[in-house]
Amino acid sequence: MSTLRLSDAGIAIDDRSYGEEITLESWRDGVRPEAGRFAISIPNTEDVDALGEIVRFFSAVILDFPSFQDGRAYSQARILRERLNFTGEIRARGAVLCDQVLFMARAGFDAFEIGAGDADGFRRALSAYSVFYQPAADSSVPIRDLRAAKRAAA
Amino acid sequence: MYRYDQYDETLVKERAAEFRGQVARRLSGDLSEEEFKPLRLMNGLYLQLHAYMLRIAIPYGSLSSAQLRRLAHIARKYDKGYGHFTTRQNIQFNWPALIDVPDILDDLAEVSMHAIQTSGNCIRNITSDPYAGAAAGEVDDPRIWSEVIRQWSSLHPEFSFLPRKFKIAVTASEEDRAAIKVHDIGLKLYRNEKGDRGFEVLVGGGLGRTPYIAETVRKFLPEKHLLSYLEAILRVYNQHGRRDNKYKARIKILVAADVEDFRRQVDEEWLKSDRERLDAPLSELLRIRRHFAPPRFETLDDESAALAAARGEYGEFDRWVATNARPHRQAGYAIVNISLKPIGKPPGDIAADQMEAVAELCERYSFDEARATHEQNLVLPHVKKDDLFAVWRGLDDAGLATANIGLISDIIACPGLDYCDLANARSIPVAQKIAERFADPDEAADIGELKIKISGCINACGHHHAGHIGILGVDKKGDEFYQITLGGSGADDASIGAITGRGFASGEVVGAISRLVEFYKENRKTGERFLDAYRRLGPDPFKEVLYVDASTV
Ligand code: SF4
Repeated sequence: MSTLRLSDAGIAIDDRSYGEEITLESWRDGVRPEAGRFAISIPNTEDVDALGEIVRFFSAVILDFPSFQDGRAYSQARILRERLNFTGEIRARGAVLCDQVLFMARAGFDAFEIGAGDADGFRRALSAYSVFYQPAADSSVPIRDLRAAKRAAA
Repeated sequence: MYRYDQYDETLVKERAAEFRGQVARRLSGDLSEEEFKPLRLMNGLYLQLHAYMLRIAIPYGSLSSAQLRRLAHIARKYDKGYGHFTTRQNIQFNWPALIDVPDILDDLAEVSMHAIQTSGNCIRNITSDPYAGAAAGEVDDPRIWSEVIRQWSSLHPEFSFLPRKFKIAVTASEEDRAAIKVHDIGLKLYRNEKGDRGFEVLVGGGLGRTPYIAETVRKFLPEKHLLSYLEAILRVYNQHGRRDNKYKARIKILVAADVEDFRRQVDEEWLKSDRERLDAPLSELLRIRRHFAPPRFETLDDESAALAAARGEYGEFDRWVATNARPHRQAGYAIVNISLKPIGKPPGDIAADQMEAVAELCERYSFDEARATHEQNLVLPHVKKDDLFAVWRGLDDAGLATANIGLISDIIACPGLDYCDLANARSIPVAQKIAERFADPDEAADIGELKIKISGCINACGHHHAGHIGILGVDKKGDEFYQITLGGSGADDASIGAITGRGFASGEVVGAISRLVEFYKENRKTGERFLDAYRRLGPDPFKEVLYVDASTV
């Protein structure tokens, strides 16, 4: 298992683990990490809107795709980024397939647990599109704003 | 009509290129059929009983002559020379080879078409009123809003893996020609007492195994907030819709469980959302609106002497005008319905030559616009009354002048067991037999509006619950049987048809329908449609005639 990371600098792939990882459940049971970098994993049935006070203690949130068909974590990621302004890493775990990675990136994910050897497919998929209609949680400019800018320049 | 700009074009081309890559990986064996399946389903490619089927999106049913000609080319080059219009204003090709599909998508992209989101658990093709911009009584052109939704929903990063498929329909008129109450979301644009335009938002309608009429979740939504409110609904559904059981996964189940609670959740989500950012900016709305400016109608008298003369002279033309033409908002113009239900042919099928004939006529006589309807017919929205005779001649030459719109032989039928691997029974031959029984145009005209809808299984692609008479294929120990429902409607008076009783063998169906029709004719009041008579008299007398010595017929 490798991790693919997206940043302004581009795509990087490595095998290092994130650091200490706890589950939301154990947090609720009173477990508190000591010092360093920590990640919290949150089930996709959880309403993340209510977790703002918890996630701010963590530098990474891990969201789950039990199957690629189960798209609940897309909403969770957008809420974390766009409403809770979470700026740490949002990592996709589970059924993370290259054909969905662009949707994930647009929803706010910036780290993906992928199979070793899958990197090429992911790189290709991440560059498959150059334009997008909707505003989402990534930094791409929606088509409607590109149009407005073009009109303004004309 | 909406014309793609460089951005729309780029997106569709990139989608076609991506799918070409996915097909190549499948053909080289890099992907198994199991891995490929979700990818092809994102792109309207189904594996049916005998072959692949490719479903192509026709956003809100709108087609130009160039697009029709391209569809004809595809039918000829990659299929068996015909296509099939569906109940969602789309077109399907039943026989493409996998290896050709990337080329088909490239051909489509050249005329601003694609197969994006015509399958899969995502927001499907947006449907609307086929008379948009032509019928009287609209508060706005619903295509403007349909196009706004089309762009917003295309490759949406959050809502592409919903619990189940998701269908949105838009109308801007009191008369509902888009069946909005049987959609996951139905939007009706109207003016409130203050004169402001906004949407009534209906959620949770649908047919299938458990049919529901949609509930009004918001009585009046100012039009500028359309997209942020849709995001709120979809987000609540994406997070709370059931995913454990495919048959309970549509949004209707969530809404029916507790509509008050659903409304509260949507409102909460909406109020928390960044509406400023999610809603389409006014400048973009104006840009899209400009594409739907009315065509340059001539100033004409509403009466056409040429039309009156031709009607007097040609009886068949006169009949066709009476059944297939509808009033237009512009004096001297008419809306022309083209029936794809010639007696004895599969409903919705159209040959390549016929597509070209329609292309020719729409280019010459209808400002280069045609529409597909959810009743599997076509429309030429803006025809001068003076030109109706020429249009009829052109249609007649192409075998497209059947005069039966809204009548008993204008039957909706799903592909059924002839194509579909989920079917219990065949739909098309049943439609053909009923149409043949009522082929006499005088008899059909006398019966009046009667909507028969046929589905080959409980998935209800033929919308049988919404038929005045619905026919559902059921499997009885390996034999094809048909259950009859009565009293359904998909229009503004929407209702779900009620099951009458035990099913009929295929040889008994036509007799059963005939008995219902005879009973109606004997008991109707003047001007009363079959549906109205059924609603007045109630189910019992109809059931009685249905089951009276069924065995001897
Ligand atoms: S209703 Fe059933 S048989 Fe007909 S097309 Fe749909 S799934 Fe197939």
